[in-house]
Amino acid sequence: MAEISCDRISKTWNSDTSEANLAIDDISFSVESGEFLVIIGPSGCGKSTLLSMIAGLEFPTVGSIRFRNEPITGTSTHRSMIFQQASLFPWLSVIDNVAFGLSLQGISKNERHDRAKQYLQQVGLLKSAHRYPHQLSGGMQQRACIARALCLGTDVLLMDEPFAALDVQTRHQMQKFLLEIWQGTGKTVIFVTHHIDEAVYLADRVLILTANPGRMLEMVTVDMPRPRDMLSKGFEYHRNLFVDHLRSEVVRAFEEQELAEMLDTRIK
Amino acid sequence: MWWCLSLALFIGLWELVTALGWVNTLILPPPHEFIAEISNQEQFLSPRIGVARTGGNFVLLTAIVATLKRVIAGTVLGFIAAIGVGGLACYFDLFGKLTLPVITLLAPIAPIAWIPFAIMAFGIGDGAAIFVVFIGIFFLLTLATVNAINNVNQLYINTARVLGASRRQVMFRVILPAVIPDLFFILRINFFAAWMAVLAAEMVGVNTGLGAIVMVGRQMFNAKLMFLGMAIIGIVGYLLDVGFRQLQQRVLWWKGSSQI
Repeated sequence: MAEISCDRISKTWNSDTSEANLAIDDISFSVESGEFLVIIGPSGCGKSTLLSMIAGLEFPTVGSIRFRNEPITGTSTHRSMIFQQASLFPWLSVIDNVAFGLSLQGISKNERHDRAKQYLQQVGLLKSAHRYPHQLSGGMQQRACIARALCLGTDVLLMDEPFAALDVQTRHQMQKFLLEIWQGTGKTVIFVTHHIDEAVYLADRVLILTANPGRMLEMVTVDMPRPRDMLSKGFEYHRNLFVDHLRSEVVRAFEEQELAEMLDTRIK
Repeated sequence: MWWCLSLALFIGLWELVTALGWVNTLILPPPHEFIAEISNQEQFLSPRIGVARTGGNFVLLTAIVATLKRVIAGTVLGFIAAIGVGGLACYFDLFGKLTLPVITLLAPIAPIAWIPFAIMAFGIGDGAAIFVVFIGIFFLLTLATVNAINNVNQLYINTARVLGASRRQVMFRVILPAVIPDLFFILRINFFAAWMAVLAAEMVGVNTGLGAIVMVGRQMFNAKLMFLGMAIIGIVGYLLDVGFRQLQQRVLWWKGSSQI
């Protein structure tokens, strides 16, 4: 049984107005439990929208998304989302942020702090437990966000370009760190990025989307042992494969846009 | 440092001008004269200003306490009511649609314009003054609350929802803490409108408090008393702002002091 399955989903923004905008068109795929799926595509391919729908924050206009064979009707603690901007609440200390989900369930302060500490240790932030988010670096904030999701016992981590705002060094550290967490816990991860090396480094499988609207271009299995060496032949092969796919896609999207603009000016 | 120099220069010039006899000291008395009036206040204040005395004979203190009591009571009531109504208006769509247009219409009426009504409705005394302060805070702060709630970063709301928060939990655990800094800032600005309104109320009707002292000074053609009252109003107002800023830093510990 697949952990997540998307069955012919489409999403149209403002579908009831004249400014209807097709963001996602007829996408189907499924993710197995414990799998690391990366979704990659040019900007405007609706990858964030797709992730929000799996989280239950948005709903597809057509088609259905299932979690363990149950249709998704809203958010759930089984599926947690990590956003591009670290989304710690600035008025709570790190430990209270990590324990926020537990406090919503009415778990006593002692118990939730105990549990939060365990996960803070796992992400290496135990020393910063009583500091406030503005006192942490970007990478530390994202690690706290991951601890917050793990602390709820989430099964699926939905990550929306979580390392895009970090510098290159921190970014690579965080990728290694995420793989450790993933291998240690066996969570299912769906990871959105537009960064090709990141996709090759992390993924079991890579879903490539087209832009405007987002359609499935290709599903590629990255069959390489971990940890992966960015200088190896296999890595380069996959990198080139994705670059080719994305380049033709970006060019097509760009030309289409130019053509549309040309037609627009002619009509005027 | 500059603060002291600026003040010293201002007072020095004032003293110089009066000492040289360029202005009529009956109308514009020099600072040392009206400040000396503190020791003398009993004779001017007691016959007219019907404040109950708080220990000793220091009438000025009673006036300050009377004014502060009104401002603080009105502010606290207005702040709580504004957050309550603003929150409800955002939480219950229908309630918002029914109340917000009226509040938007009432908000531009200056609190001072409410003074006659307040005196008619509550009589001369604390009730009227507190009402005026309440009005000055409530309408604008309610609109500010609605505005701040609508501007809360969607990221925080989505995060809370993903972590399993219900609609009510999102409101109380995320939206309210997120808007408090904005509201405090707006409260601090509106507070001065309220402070001025209560002084005006004390001048025209509520015959006690700091505003009344200035008015008694005019009625008795005692410029020293007038200026003494004005100086006290300035100092107390300044101290209130300092206090407010301290409070803001205490309550909003998660913001750097530069952001306040």
